[in-house]
Amino acid sequence: MIAISEDVSADTRAPLVDIRGVDKHFGDFQALKGIDLQIERGEVVVVIGPSGSGKSTLCRTINRLETIDAGTIAIDGKPLPQEGRPLAQLRSDVGMVFQSFNLFAHMTILENVTLGPIQVRGLKKQEAEAKAMELLERVGVGHQAGKYPAQLSGGQQQRVAIARSLAMRPKVMLFDEPTSALDPEMINEVLDVMVELGAEGMTMIVVTHEMGFARKAANRVVFMADGEIVEVAGPEEFFTHPRSERARDFLSKILAH
Amino acid sequence: MVFLQGTWGTVKLFGVTLIGSLVLGTVLAAMRVSPTPVLRGAAAAYVNIVRNTPLTLVMFFCVFGLPFLDIRASRDSALNSFVLACVALIAYTSCFVAETLRSGISTIPVGQAEAARAIGLNFGQTLRFVILPQAFRTVIPPLGSVIIAMLKNTSIASAFNNRELISAMRGAIEQRGDITLIVILATAAAYLVLSLVLGRIFDYLEKKWVIVR
Repeated sequence: MIAISEDVSADTRAPLVDIRGVDKHFGDFQALKGIDLQIERGEVVVVIGPSGSGKSTLCRTINRLETIDAGTIAIDGKPLPQEGRPLAQLRSDVGMVFQSFNLFAHMTILENVTLGPIQVRGLKKQEAEAKAMELLERVGVGHQAGKYPAQLSGGQQQRVAIARSLAMRPKVMLFDEPTSALDPEMINEVLDVMVELGAEGMTMIVVTHEMGFARKAANRVVFMADGEIVEVAGPEEFFTHPRSERARDFLSKILAH
Repeated sequence: MVFLQGTWGTVKLFGVTLIGSLVLGTVLAAMRVSPTPVLRGAAAAYVNIVRNTPLTLVMFFCVFGLPFLDIRASRDSALNSFVLACVALIAYTSCFVAETLRSGISTIPVGQAEAARAIGLNFGQTLRFVILPQAFRTVIPPLGSVIIAMLKNTSIASAFNNRELISAMRGAIEQRGDITLIVILATAAAYLVLSLVLGRIFDYLEKKWVIVR
């Protein structure tokens, strides 16, 4: 990272997401080993690595869907609280998009997007619906608002999921392999929305196998293997001159075709 | 005429018990999946004790046991019997409702709760808006069986000073011993009609609330 010590605001403002010394075990298996990562406001960080490297687990620890065994995670200067009301409050500020969309199956698209704003933010139904429609239009599924999730294609469902997260006006968005469950022709419609979001200044942490997206939208690429961060670099540098043997090996495998 | 009154008595017992056991059963199911060990343990203990006690015994406890603890529902003897029979039926049926609902909760993909928590819903809101509505829809067929069993279980209340179908049947047999068989068959037919109507309602709800994934 570049230190801008002259900039006063950079001194006083903590990183938006501050991960320090995080360990995570699943039984005997150590999924995360001493992870340190700071993410600044407006930054798009893409996390890549072979499967089982801990990148999804890391993503899920940031809003405490996975608990951690050691270390600290702070968001906007506040450490993650224990389960309960403060944690729910914090989660409402951290958007999350899942690999399997996870839209609420018994609710219409519009209800999916308004549930959080109404129940958590206390918005009036009308106000929430107007905002939701704006977001649905923006991700290109406005005309589907009255349908149920199963009536939409995977790509449309994932764009609704992004709108559902955005409706909470999050400080940071987590994407956990958002295109891995999609048919190839639908991947780009989701990535386009994400690229646009990043360009508008949203802070994003994106776990993905989409190297094109990483090149295009990432400020930094984090390469993980075996539960450790092996390398952090700008996308150009990472893809053209990876420093570590692990990264070179990984890139040669995925870019071979 | 006696039969109409009897049927009405059965329907009243059924209606009150239906609402009561759905509410209490939902609360018990929510407790059983709660993150608080005390609530989980209390609900599990209650369900395991009451579910494994014969309903007749539960009713004996409510009707004859509770007065010893100075608990009476009403000075009016008929109303007292009705309320205590409902209490017993609710206490008993809610266990089965809770277990049925819990099996429904476990079929809901874990991602649904994760997505709910990720937008900032707390545990109660996650259950209320996301998990329970889906769980109810998936358990409509087995829940229907529980409720039809409950309808027939209201007959036990006849032994505890309640006026319903069975007590009406007994009265009719006492007066017209010559047509005993017809009276019994007519009573069975009354239960059958009520059960079939219930079954149709559940079929309708199942189709109406189907969740496509």
